[in-house]
Amino acid sequence: MTTTTRKSAYFKGVADGAPFILVIIPFSTLFGIIATEAGLSVFETLSFSVVVIAGAAQFTALQLMQENAPTAIVLASALAVNLRMAMYSASLTPWIGAAPLWQRALAAYLTVDQSYVCAIAQYERAPDMTVPQRIAYFMGAVTPVVPLWYLFTLVGALLGAQVPESWALDFAIPITFLAMIAPMFRTLAHVVAAFVAVAVSLPAVGIPYSLGLIVAGIAGMMAGAQTELWLERRSGVRP
Amino acid sequence: MIDDGTLWIVIVVLGLGSFALRFMFTGLVGNSAMPPWLLRHLRYTAVAILPALVAPQVLWPTATGGTPDPARLAAAIVTLLVGLLTRNVILAILSGGGTLYGLLYLLS
Repeated sequence: MTTTTRKSAYFKGVADGAPFILVIIPFSTLFGIIATEAGLSVFETLSFSVVVIAGAAQFTALQLMQENAPTAIVLASALAVNLRMAMYSASLTPWIGAAPLWQRALAAYLTVDQSYVCAIAQYERAPDMTVPQRIAYFMGAVTPVVPLWYLFTLVGALLGAQVPESWALDFAIPITFLAMIAPMFRTLAHVVAAFVAVAVSLPAVGIPYSLGLIVAGIAGMMAGAQTELWLERRSGVRP
Repeated sequence: MIDDGTLWIVIVVLGLGSFALRFMFTGLVGNSAMPPWLLRHLRYTAVAILPALVAPQVLWPTATGGTPDPARLAAAIVTLLVGLLTRNVILAILSGGGTLYGLLYLLS
């Protein structure tokens, strides 16, 4: 009984994660290409993707290493870009915190933008899922994503510098994220959170080491939380 | 050229650090209850961070050296609108990609 529901949760995850194949392929290929262009060997490029699995942080580190930035700055900047993973981790904790430690460790390694977005949307949509079902769903959502992340880093590394700039692969990431954001606008509080985050992120690009992203994210989260409180109070007064 | 020793230090430390960030709460907090005010903020993590990550790239794309680009701007708007109207992620991606390539072709 539980096996079947766990299995169906897994396959639901696979189905929900599948659209991201369209993103992961250009993104990881691009990393492979850019890394080999920067002088990394195929093995080094692939190791980078397997060990770190965080596209934005990998691009940041690569960029700074090419500029001969001190190693400490390279690490601090790339980790700052990845600080959102700590927020994802915090946000997933109420849902999967009760799972066994090894499963939480595995889920932690596999926490990427795509798996987080799928998982949190599903957990909120179906709050009566059991913890094993949630873990199964999470593993399902990464199944189409992470193996392709490795594979197409390798493909990109092997292709090397043969992709012309006119393909505009740089914009694959913003388009995907925008497509992912739209269905999340479920309440006024979500819309306010997004607008405040955007409004703060633009002047905050000047803040060094990508910390502007963290500042904008926290501002957006605070705005969302306050709007939620305000909506609750208002509906309390006028039911 | 990137020095080999530096590269491996970055790969290993960045890998460990990223894991630590991802494991920070799920691993350490686990099943203990989190305060309601924190949960209220965490509900808006994705909807705040992702737009903040994208907005500067939409206005000042790296590929054009930071100059606003009509094709990329239009592609971003179309993606968001199609996403809002249809709630279909794939359709939004395809519409945005189509707009980008169409305009890059027309404007070049």
